[in-house]
Amino acid sequence: MPLASLPYLTPALPEILLALGGLALLMYGVFQKDGDGAAEARAARRTAWAALAILLVALVVVVALGKDRALTFGGLFVVDAFTRFAKVLVLAGAAAALVMTGDFLVRHGAGRFEYSVLVVFAVTGMMMMLSANDLMSLYVGLEMQSLPLYVMATFQRDDSRASEAGLKYFVLGALASGMLLYGSSLVYGFAGSTNFEALAELFRHLGADRPPLGVVFGLVFILAGLAFKVSAVPFHMWTPDVYEGAPTPVTAFFSVAPKIAALGLFVRLMMGPFGELAPHWQQVVALIAVASMVVGAFGAINQSNIKRLMAYSSIGHVGYALVGLAVADADGIRGMLVYLAIYLVMNLGTFACILGMRRGGRNVESISELAGVARTHPLFAAALGVLMFSMAGIPPLAGFFGKLYVFLAAVEAKMFVLAAVGLLTSVIAAFYYIRIVRVAYFDEPGEALDRTLRPEVAWIAWAASALVILFFLGPGPVLKAAAAAAKALLVE
Amino acid sequence: MFELPILSLLIILPLVGAAFILFIRGEAEVVAANVRSVALWTSGIEFLLSLFLWFGFDTESAGFQFVERAEWMPGLDIAYHVGVDGISVLFVLLTTLLTPICVLASWEAIRDRVREYMIAFLVMETMMVGMFAALDLFLFYVFFEAVLIPMFLIIGVWGGPRRVYSAFKFFLFTLAGSVLMLVALLAVYADAGTADIPRLLAHRLPVSWQPWLWLAFFASFAVKVPMWPVHTWLPDAHVEAPTAGSVILAGVLLKFGGYGFLRFSLPMLPAASEAFAPLIFALSVIAVVYTSLVALAQEDMKKLIAYSSVAHMGFVTAGAFSFTLQGIEGAIFQMLSHGVVSAALFLIVGVVYDRTHSRDIETYGGLVHRMPAYAFAFMVFMLASVGLPGTSGFVGEILVLIGLFQVNAWVAALTATGVILGAVYMLYLYRRVIFGRLTKEALARIGDLSAREIAVFAPLVVLVFWMGIFPAPFLKIMHVSSANLVRQVDEGRRVANLPVAPVAASPQLARAQ
Repeated sequence: MPLASLPYLTPALPEILLALGGLALLMYGVFQKDGDGAAEARAARRTAWAALAILLVALVVVVALGKDRALTFGGLFVVDAFTRFAKVLVLAGAAAALVMTGDFLVRHGAGRFEYSVLVVFAVTGMMMMLSANDLMSLYVGLEMQSLPLYVMATFQRDDSRASEAGLKYFVLGALASGMLLYGSSLVYGFAGSTNFEALAELFRHLGADRPPLGVVFGLVFILAGLAFKVSAVPFHMWTPDVYEGAPTPVTAFFSVAPKIAALGLFVRLMMGPFGELAPHWQQVVALIAVASMVVGAFGAINQSNIKRLMAYSSIGHVGYALVGLAVADADGIRGMLVYLAIYLVMNLGTFACILGMRRGGRNVESISELAGVARTHPLFAAALGVLMFSMAGIPPLAGFFGKLYVFLAAVEAKMFVLAAVGLLTSVIAAFYYIRIVRVAYFDEPGEALDRTLRPEVAWIAWAASALVILFFLGPGPVLKAAAAAAKALLVE
Repeated sequence: MFELPILSLLIILPLVGAAFILFIRGEAEVVAANVRSVALWTSGIEFLLSLFLWFGFDTESAGFQFVERAEWMPGLDIAYHVGVDGISVLFVLLTTLLTPICVLASWEAIRDRVREYMIAFLVMETMMVGMFAALDLFLFYVFFEAVLIPMFLIIGVWGGPRRVYSAFKFFLFTLAGSVLMLVALLAVYADAGTADIPRLLAHRLPVSWQPWLWLAFFASFAVKVPMWPVHTWLPDAHVEAPTAGSVILAGVLLKFGGYGFLRFSLPMLPAASEAFAPLIFALSVIAVVYTSLVALAQEDMKKLIAYSSVAHMGFVTAGAFSFTLQGIEGAIFQMLSHGVVSAALFLIVGVVYDRTHSRDIETYGGLVHRMPAYAFAFMVFMLASVGLPGTSGFVGEILVLIGLFQVNAWVAALTATGVILGAVYMLYLYRRVIFGRLTKEALARIGDLSAREIAVFAPLVVLVFWMGIFPAPFLKIMHVSSANLVRQVDEGRRVANLPVAPVAASPQLARAQ
């Protein structure tokens, strides 16, 4: 093949790096001698470090590529300020989740090198999703991230809860992918193209009031499929089971990287090709957002397992983020992106705390285990308390500012009811967040948790709570980056 | 004018103290002792520093003074902007006065987790000062709401037996009100395009929005004040909170609501304020009469004082919505007086609670025989709470009543019954606790005020008499700003009541005027 006909590869450099790196790690792992437990653990540790290095290098490359818009692979693949912002979040989230995993899987009898390889491949898929500029590359990226995730959910394969979680995730995930694909085919059938720019051009030409009925139909299917991927109500049913069943570091990973990637894709798809049809999908997204906020708030009240509680919490947070999309303008998208950045930090910190809940080397998951940790582990309790208040959206912590920008956009767009409902559900949600603070601070200590936190977990928890506390000092840079990303999305 | 960024210093200093406390190491006893003294020094220096405000304040100006401004959220016109006027400056001083008193009052009462306790109080002082000094909508909201975290922990960790229930009730009631206010703040910001309070005071919000915005603000401030019927969190929170927690709650946090009405509802939403004034009057009268009667029936001293707080704050809301100079000055004065007196009364209860661990009125009687100094201090604050001429309570109540009589004699008359009912329940309380024969076994060896406790009460006694006998310095500080507020409200009401069309249609007319 003549060199000149090679596609322009630079914009896709991080993805190429990740894919090659993942393959190399796979090769390394496969050629290890098996049967020896210690050797397996060693291989797992080495691949984890290597995977972390690959993710960080990819992060550097993403940042170094700059925020200029570039298209490649015949218009299938795009990079701009938006993809850069979202990819940084995904890579940072994945890297932190990988660090947090530490020796968790080894201790729980599932220390195999495939885990890190799967993380790398899943992240590759997420980056492709974010850069998709065509319904086909979108689908390829989506499936590429989904398949490793299904396997990761069942990584503790002798644990029946994990198997159940993985199976449920797989069946429902496949259904959602099917809906998305069906919706895409309807859109293609009625609009005649799968390319985002071509679609946007077509709808601009047709005007918002007269899109073909088939396109609207397809759009609804695509919305349903995406709502499933971001676990928005009414497609959220899998979330609590998967969050509870999957190994805790995997849950931490699930709650950040795929969620941010899917929300990023959601935003690009709705604001890009379907931007002109906003009046048609705005109401649907607003409804999904309200339903997610309500279910997230009420569903968590009665949970006793902290991972299950976090599942409902993440449903609620997706609802808040979708408020920004429902507004469908630059301010809304900016608010949503800031929200996602803050959500990432809060969630990683909280999962670090959850990973710190150990007794006799085993992880425990019941909220009541936290009773009185403020006396036995004051710093751990303080970090957890800060993160919980932040999740509840109490100023001056970062979680408040996330909500502030989203609801500011909603109010500026005169969506007062949406804002009021959203903020009232945050009061209900505050109840279960501060219930955790209550257990940690007000209750008498029970059987004490393990004295020492693993350093990597402790550092992530401290760093997250410090960021959450100090965000109010300088929200400027995050705001500016998010505004640039939102602008890049809208000028296409 | 001072070049010193005095308000920023006041906001940051307690945090510096808290950070210092965080790093104190050593044995538990030593740490506790050091923590106490660091907290006392920090809050003491803070108070001395805040005196600059008192002496440097220009009483001739209605504008904001000691103003500082810095970029916070670039491009959004949301800034770190602080300053005080005649309405807010005295509340800053009230805060800085009460915090060292709280630290001193907790000296021996708190033995468990002293470090966290003092950090919570210092952080709270930062939030309270910041709240009164904020001149930016969102800065205001951040401070307004951030107070919830330390107060929640103070009630929940160091509180009484039903602390968890009370802490949750306090937190959720206040939060529910506040988020509605947040929607209103966002709407105000969206309409005006700025979060700068001085500029917003000059901005006219659309009359059609005003009722909704007013109700959203009301939801938050009414919970904080608290007004009947959303006052139910207050008795619970007070009863369960540790003494110093009650002091701050009654002394400063309740003023957030009254201050909010004066800072936002009145000047920014004059038309709606006028329309809703009857509602405020009705709720205030109910608060004054009903909660006074409820107070009469209480067997728990703290609960009694909590209900009396609701009644006294009823004067504040009624006075503020009379839109008269006397009414508004009376409301501010009443808040200050209540801040001192109710704080002192909670401390009074705390003194005997520390000794006997009971708040039931039943368990006391005849304390005057063993505790003459205590009986004297109690009497001063009791009479100030009743509103005896010569004490601070009288000035506030009489000004409010004068203001109210000008607008609605019925409301004034009904509110005035609160003065009588107040005398009934306070004197009844005093008689049962202090007078009579000392027959109770547990009280036979009870000791009088210690030197530390006298140090706690002395400044408050002085202040009660000073504000009662010579209130002029206080009134002078608030006078120009209050007059300006009255003018703003009148102007806003006049504009809102004008028919809109002629003004818009005939620019000649406007020019001719």
